[in-house]
Amino acid sequence: MKKYWWKVLTCTLLFYTVAMAFTGDVPALDILHETIRNLYFHVPMWFGMIVLLTVSLVYSTKYLGSNKIREDRVAVEAANVGVLYGILGLITGSLWAKNTWGAWWVNDAKLNGAAVTMLAYLAYFILRNSFPESQRKAQISAVYNIFAYVLMLVFILILPRLTDSLHPGNGGNPGFNTYDLDNRMRLVFYPAVAGWILLGVWLLELRVRIARLRDEDKETRA
Amino acid sequence: MLYVLSTVFVAYLSFRQILDPATWNALFWIILLFASVNAAARSFMQESSSRHLYYYMLVSPQELILSKIIYNMLMVLILAFIEYFFYTLFIGNIIQDHFSFVIALLLGSMGFSSLLTMISAIASKAGQNPALVAILAFPVLIPLLISSIRFSRDAIFGLALSANTGGVVILLALNVIVVMLAYILFPYIWRN
Repeated sequence: MKKYWWKVLTCTLLFYTVAMAFTGDVPALDILHETIRNLYFHVPMWFGMIVLLTVSLVYSTKYLGSNKIREDRVAVEAANVGVLYGILGLITGSLWAKNTWGAWWVNDAKLNGAAVTMLAYLAYFILRNSFPESQRKAQISAVYNIFAYVLMLVFILILPRLTDSLHPGNGGNPGFNTYDLDNRMRLVFYPAVAGWILLGVWLLELRVRIARLRDEDKETRA
Repeated sequence: MLYVLSTVFVAYLSFRQILDPATWNALFWIILLFASVNAAARSFMQESSSRHLYYYMLVSPQELILSKIIYNMLMVLILAFIEYFFYTLFIGNIIQDHFSFVIALLLGSMGFSSLLTMISAIASKAGQNPALVAILAFPVLIPLLISSIRFSRDAIFGLALSANTGGVVILLALNVIVVMLAYILFPYIWRN
């Protein structure tokens, strides 16, 4: 039971999130209306993505220090799950944008930042595929990972703050905190963030285990 | 050089005069972007591995990457000014604050070249696939490109440099970040 407690916690949090997201009370607001429920899905996706990509960065740095293939495995799988979260974030965001801003895609600093981040990590996977040998692959792609992460951070965290954005909290728009994230929503939102992040970590753990088994299988056959 | 000249000429033939600042600016930076990708991408690709071995014995990796970056900076800067000249000649010059625009050119092309030098080093280790440089470089170049475009747009509209320190600071910070990352990370690429 000791090892499983956080998985049970993840499930509980996510069941609670989904149940509350569809049945809980939300404040009635202009334009947003019921779409505000998307807050429990869209925003945690980005938090989850940033956490996972940070894990990827940390393991890439550790790999450069130690040259252990185990660390590279975590780095690449964290990037995989992070990109999955990013794609889910784009989909939920796109649906939300259609219903509130009137278009699937708008020219907004944060949207473009997200798209560029996806492109950078897809480039990371392409780079990995062009190496036949795993040590060199791990080393060079770790360098690119660090490079991409730092520039991504600049792009999605700093540049949007300097320009106008349709997102709350930017360019004169009030942040969610100021008036519409009332206490009832906060009771769901924070558990939702924790739940989705934990789910990401769980996915990561499973994928790392699969990758390790596959590598070991390859070694025993060879 | 010939690349810049012919691209500007093609742009001239297809647009004649551009008076709209947004288009003028975007086209200028896109031409510069592709020219510098073409120029800087070659910095590691064109050299044979035996020459790399020679460098490896001769200098430390930090010295090598810094010198490559400086060389590429000069090259891209020259390209940028050539483009500026021919652009003015053919397409017309609508800039109101020339000094700011030159600063934008300086910082923008320095950033392009240092980033591309590093990406070229990464790509050269991944085999001789020329498309890889573009694939790897464009996503990471976009923050730089967008802040350069925004800064030079302000210059076109005649916003004085003193009123636009934010743009300078962002571009400078991006330059510093890229060069520092290259300085720290390059030895790991170079080792094998």
